Amino acid sequence: MTYDHAIQLRDVRFSYKPDSLTLGIDELTIASGRRVFLHGPSGSGKTTLLSIISGVLTPQSGSVHIVGQDLKKLSASSRDTLRGSRIGYIFQGFNLIPYLTVAENIALPCQLHPIRRNRISAATVNSEVARLAGRLDIHTHLDAPVTELSRGQQQRVAIARAIIGSPELVIADEPTSSLDTDRREAFLDLLNEVITDTIRQDSSKTTLLFVSHDRSLANHFDEAISLEEIATTHRPESKHDLA
Amino acid sequence: MILLRLALKSLRARTLTTTLTVFSIALSVMLLVGVDRLRDAAQAGFSGTLSHTDLIAGARGGDLPLLLSSVFHIGNAANSISWDTYQHFAHHPAVAWTIPISMGDSFHGYRVVATDDNFYKHYQYHRTKSLEIAQGRTPEALFDVAVGSEVARHLNLHLGQQITLAHGIEEKSVLNHANTPFTIVGILASTSTPVDQALYITLLGDEAMHFGWTDGTPPAIGEAVPKLDPSKLKVDEVTSFLIGTKSRISTLYLQREINTFKPEPLTAIIPAYTLQQLWSLLDYADTALSLVSVAVLIVGLLAMLIALYTALNERRREIAILRAVGVHARQIFLLFLLESTLIAAAGTALGIGAVYAMLFLLRGMIESHTGLPIALVGLSLRVEIYAIGTIVLAALLGLIPAARAYRNSLVDGLNAR
Repeated sequence: MTYDHAIQLRDVRFSYKPDSLTLGIDELTIASGRRVFLHGPSGSGKTTLLSIISGVLTPQSGSVHIVGQDLKKLSASSRDTLRGSRIGYIFQGFNLIPYLTVAENIALPCQLHPIRRNRISAATVNSEVARLAGRLDIHTHLDAPVTELSRGQQQRVAIARAIIGSPELVIADEPTSSLDTDRREAFLDLLNEVITDTIRQDSSKTTLLFVSHDRSLANHFDEAISLEEIATTHRPESKHDLA
Repeated sequence: MILLRLALKSLRARTLTTTLTVFSIALSVMLLVGVDRLRDAAQAGFSGTLSHTDLIAGARGGDLPLLLSSVFHIGNAANSISWDTYQHFAHHPAVAWTIPISMGDSFHGYRVVATDDNFYKHYQYHRTKSLEIAQGRTPEALFDVAVGSEVARHLNLHLGQQITLAHGIEEKSVLNHANTPFTIVGILASTSTPVDQALYITLLGDEAMHFGWTDGTPPAIGEAVPKLDPSKLKVDEVTSFLIGTKSRISTLYLQREINTFKPEPLTAIIPAYTLQQLWSLLDYADTALSLVSVAVLIVGLLAMLIALYTALNERRREIAILRAVGVHARQIFLLFLLESTLIAAAGTALGIGAVYAMLFLLRGMIESHTGLPIALVGLSLRVEIYAIGTIVLAALLGLIPAARAYRNSLVDGLNAR
């Protein structure tokens, strides 16, 4: 893959309904391989922005390029495939499919996307799952139902699922907000370590976009961007809030 | 493939709801298919009661009473036919064989049928089966009696036993033929037809029982009972007779000839046709039962719809996660559709399986108690249509939660709580 920017947004305008609040981003560029902290207080449009980047929402105007692909030119299902095969996603909490075991949750992207499966370094998906689980210290729970795991363990399973098959971009949406303060540091260190460990054949690095309202986490990253500085919100005469 | 695995695992995770839903559909399918199978069995047993008999002739009367009295031993014949008339048709050029039937006596509620050897030779049922003697031989002497398998089993009769027949067909008879005991010389093999539920004597045996009687009443008390003289016995009349024609084509001509027979008013019926008529009378009950079972099936499917639909809200998070790992919105739709289809398919398979398992296990019991030949009933086209119909209907109902899940997946995106 030859592209300089993992994420590039230009003149993006988005609103849920024609008469509701508009999120505008004139320019957001994140270079490939960087680990970026995106700060934004709640209600500033963080989740909306992440939905645009991951191709779930389509802006009314402007261009969105993700890992070298112009999302405008892709169909909805191609955007889904792009998201699943080249982006790893970590949610705030409840990251896991309740009826799958820990191992099945981790392996899910590889089951769905050949690109992810082909990128694993181990011989089989199972051994890659085992390797990652060992690295994240959840290897003793692989066959357990996810409901038996603690919050911290669940979030580590989410990391494993986000990075298996070495996606080019990992998006983490407030992944630490469900954790205790002392667990946060450990979680961030671990996330950073495994992202750095992630290897691809073309030796390009994985880009990390970490979103949080907690500014104190910024020192763990290469770069910090404040959503308030890059985004404009226009409120016509609306009642709808951006989440 | 992965969707199918996800659907199966998701269903398994909600074991209780899934099991209950599958069970309720299985029960409804069981009812639907069970009613259908029993109907088929009943019809097969019914129309198989008598085969290769082209005509039944009796005294002038209704078609159904003649069929019911001579084949099913239900009700009474209107009148009897003279022996001369019987002989006339027995030697008719178009007739291959006749079976005379004379009734009027009983044993513990079971009919006593007086007939001759033609009965054992020509009576056929279930298309090609002939009567067989399980033990002993056919009655030949005056006081010989052969008993149907059900009679023998129920009353625990055995060869060589002497029995006293009762006059009339009431279960508790006031008049017994105590002077003329009969000896059991044969027990018929089981046929699963009304044949099993009767006793068979010779025509002369019947006359012997009523020797000295005038106009259907025995000699009065004090009146001299005449000594039985076998040489004086002769058959005067029969109740009805079955006819096998030499060629099927002559059946209709012969029927008309009997119906317009001048010396005596007669009725001839084509048993297959009258059986069909009788069956169509019973068909109303069957239609009502089928309608009820279809209604039950719909209730079962609605229960499934409710179970799937109420689970939708708690599954929004799951949908968002699936979307995040790149599952298309239409695959979410398919996943939910698969779940309803799988539930219905499992319920249908279980229901049909249960019906056949039950039919198999209870076969002997049902056959001996009702005379329905259950074993003859295989998987029919109708059962296949029911099965496919149930699954298609479930899939159609499954469109509702699936469409809702699809819409949720688009509205929520990755943002469901």
